[in-house]
Amino acid sequence: MKIAITGGHVIDPANNVDGQHDLFIDEKGFIIGIGTAPAGFRAEQTLDASGKLVFPGLIDLRARLREPGLEYKATMESETRAAVCAGITTLCCPPDTYPVIDTPAMAQMIQQRAWRFGLAFVHPLGALTQGLQGRLLTDMAALDEAGCVGFSNALEPVTDTLVMRRAMEYAASFDLTVFLHPEDPWLRNGGCMHEGEVSTRLGLPGIPEAAETAGVARDLALVEQTGVRAHFCQLSSARAVTMVAAAQEQGLAVSADVTAHHLHLTEHDIGFFNTQCHVLPPLRASRDRDGLRQALKNGTISAICSDHQPHEPDAKLAPFAESEPGISGLETLLPLTLRLVDQGLLNLVEAIALLTSKPAQILGIDSGHLGIGATADLCILDPEARWVQSLDRFTSRGHNSPFLGWDFRGAVTHTMVGGRLVFEGR
Amino acid sequence: MTRCDLQFDGQGRLRHLLTIEGLPRQTILEILNTAESFISVGEREIKKLPLLRGKTVVNLFFESSTRTRTTFEIAGKRLSADVINLNPAASSATKGETLLDTVRNLEAMHTDLFVVRHRESGAAHLIAQHVPAHVHIINAGDGRHAHPTQGLLDMFTIRRYKGPFENLRVAIVGDILHSRVARSQIHALTTLGAAEVRVVAPMTLLPTAIERLGVRVFTDMKTGLDGADVIIMLRLQRERMNGALIPSEQEYFNLFGLTEEKLAYAKPDAIVMHPGPMNRGLEIDSAVADGPQSVILPQVTNGIAVRMAIMAIIMGGSAAGPAPSEARRAE
Repeated sequence: MKIAITGGHVIDPANNVDGQHDLFIDEKGFIIGIGTAPAGFRAEQTLDASGKLVFPGLIDLRARLREPGLEYKATMESETRAAVCAGITTLCCPPDTYPVIDTPAMAQMIQQRAWRFGLAFVHPLGALTQGLQGRLLTDMAALDEAGCVGFSNALEPVTDTLVMRRAMEYAASFDLTVFLHPEDPWLRNGGCMHEGEVSTRLGLPGIPEAAETAGVARDLALVEQTGVRAHFCQLSSARAVTMVAAAQEQGLAVSADVTAHHLHLTEHDIGFFNTQCHVLPPLRASRDRDGLRQALKNGTISAICSDHQPHEPDAKLAPFAESEPGISGLETLLPLTLRLVDQGLLNLVEAIALLTSKPAQILGIDSGHLGIGATADLCILDPEARWVQSLDRFTSRGHNSPFLGWDFRGAVTHTMVGGRLVFEGR
Repeated sequence: MTRCDLQFDGQGRLRHLLTIEGLPRQTILEILNTAESFISVGEREIKKLPLLRGKTVVNLFFESSTRTRTTFEIAGKRLSADVINLNPAASSATKGETLLDTVRNLEAMHTDLFVVRHRESGAAHLIAQHVPAHVHIINAGDGRHAHPTQGLLDMFTIRRYKGPFENLRVAIVGDILHSRVARSQIHALTTLGAAEVRVVAPMTLLPTAIERLGVRVFTDMKTGLDGADVIIMLRLQRERMNGALIPSEQEYFNLFGLTEEKLAYAKPDAIVMHPGPMNRGLEIDSAVADGPQSVILPQVTNGIAVRMAIMAIIMGGSAAGPAPSEARRAE
C-alpha cells in the first residue's frame, strides 16, 4: 500500500534531517520521497503526523526473546510484538538460547520464526565458541552466511585467554565483529551486585569494579594484537569507559554500548533487596552512572540497548542472590532515552541516533535511517503524551521492571515495519 | 534508603524484626528495658508467663543452629506459646519447593510468628513482604546480612556490664566480611551512640567500604584494642584458608587470636564477648574465653530474655516504634 505520512517532524540522524517533512512510501515498503511527493504518487493511506515526531524504527542491540528454550518466560511472538509497540523494529538476539546459536540451522530458524510473525526483524548473534563453553571455535563463516551479525560468548566467560585470542583472530580473518562482555570470572566470584557500600550493608556478595576493568584490559590487549573489530556490550563502570575511550583514541576499532537502566539507576536503588534491580553487569555507584552518561555525550559509547530479559513472576520472588537477573526492558528503552533529553544530557537528534543509525553501524546493517530507497521501518511518537509505567501497560510477557510507577513523556503512536503498519497506539 | 519501613505497621508499631539498621533508638531501648524485666523470670521456680498463650510460633531454620534455635524455643515456651521447630533444609527445600511456598504452607496452618534463619541475605525481608498482616517475622540470621536478635542481646549484655554506651569504645575482631552478627552489632552500637566502634581484621576479611557504616578500621590488634571497653570476637570458619582469605590458622591466631597478652592492650576492666560457637585456639585462647573478663556464657542466658522481649513486643502490639507522624519525619 502506498502511504504518505504528513506534517510530522522528521528526525533522521544518518541523513541530517531534522525538520517538518512529509514522507512517501511505495507499495513495496520503501521510502521513495521526503519533502515533496514523487511525480504521480497517489497515497492509498495518509497518516497525519502533525505535532508528532517521525524517526527510524529503533535498533536494540540486545534482547532475549526466550525462544527457543524458555518459552514459559516469553515467546518470539510476544516479544517482537512488545518491541514494535515500543517503536523497536530491529532486535539483536544473543546466542545464549537453548540450544545455543552455534549452528547455521539455529541462526536460520530464529530469523524464520521472527519473519513468520512479521513484526520486528530479529538478527542473531552467533556463538563465539561451541556451546558457549569457551573451548572450541564455531563455524563463524557459515554462521555469518546464515545471517549472524556478529559473534559473542554472551555472559559466559572465555576464561582461556588463548582461546579468546584465536577466536578474535579467526573473526578478524573474515572481517566479522566480536561482541564482548568483559568480565574476570575469578573476581566475579559468585557476586550478585556491585561491590561497595550497599553490598556491604546488605551482606550480599559483591562484583568488584575490577572484574570489569580487568576483563576490558585483557580483551583490549587481544584486540590490539589481533586487529579484530570489537564491540563492548553494556559497560557498567566509569573506569572501563575511560579504557575504551583510550583505545579508540589510539585508533582501535572498538565500540561500546550501555543499557538504558545503567543510565538511570545505581546500587542504591536496590534499597532493601529489590530483586527488580538485580541485573548483570550490576548497577554500580553514582560516579559510574555519571561516567556512562558522559561517555554517551562524548561519543565513546555509541548505542543504548534494553538488554531485555523477560521473566515469569517467580523468577524475582526469591532471595536477592537466588533471583534471576534481568529487566523486561523493551518498553522502557525509548522512554528512558527520551528522559535523558528532558534532563538536558542529549539533544533529540543525538538521542535518536543512539537508538537507530549508530547501532546500525555497529551491526553493519543497512537500517536505522529514512533515506530514499530505505526500507520503511519507522516510528511515530507523540512527544507530549504523558504516561505512567504500570503492570497493565506491558505487552511483553515479562513484567519484571524497576520502572513501575515512573512517569514518562513521549508515547509511540505508530510503528511501521517494511511499510506495513504493525502497531497503532492508544 | 537507610530505613526499613517493612518492620513497622501503619500505627508505627514494630511488626517484624528483620534488621537493626534504621530502628529508632527508642525502639532498641524499649526492647532492652523489656528484656530487663524478663531476666528474673528465668530465675523463678515457675518460669512461665501467659503473654503468648494460644499463639503458634514456628522456628523455621533453613540453616542449622543449636544455640539460637534453642533459646528462641525456650523464649517462646516461657511466654506460653506453642513452639514448633522445623528444619526445611532437610525436607521440602531439597525437593525443589520455593522459599515462599514453604512459608505459605505453614501459614495455612495458622502460624502467628515465624522465626526464620536462611543462608541467603534478604530471605527474611522477602518473607515479610509476602505474609498477611497478622503474621509476624523475626529474622534469626539471613546470609551475611543481619542477625538482629544476636545484636540486641549483645547490646543488652554490654549495657548490663558496662553501663551507658556514650562512654564506650567497642572493638569487633575477626571475620567481618562474612558476619551478619558484626553488621547487626555495628548498626546497634552506632544507633545507641557508642563513643567509638572499631573493626579489627586483615583486609581480606573486611568488606569494601565498611567505614561507611560508621566504624574505624584497624588491621592490627595492638592499636585496634588500645583502650577498648568491649572486645567482641567473631567466629572464623576453619575453611577460610580455601578462599585465600588467610594463610593459616597458626598465622591467624598469632596475629588476631585473643590471648591474655593481647587482651592487655584493652582497658583492664574490658569485657570479652563472642556470639558462639567458639573455635578455641583459633580466634580466642581458652585462658581468655574462660577468664574473669569473659561474659560469653551470660550472653547466652541474656539471649533468652531478649528474645522473649522481642516476641512479646512484636506479638503483644505494644507501641515500640515511633508515632506514625514521627516515622514519616524520620524519612
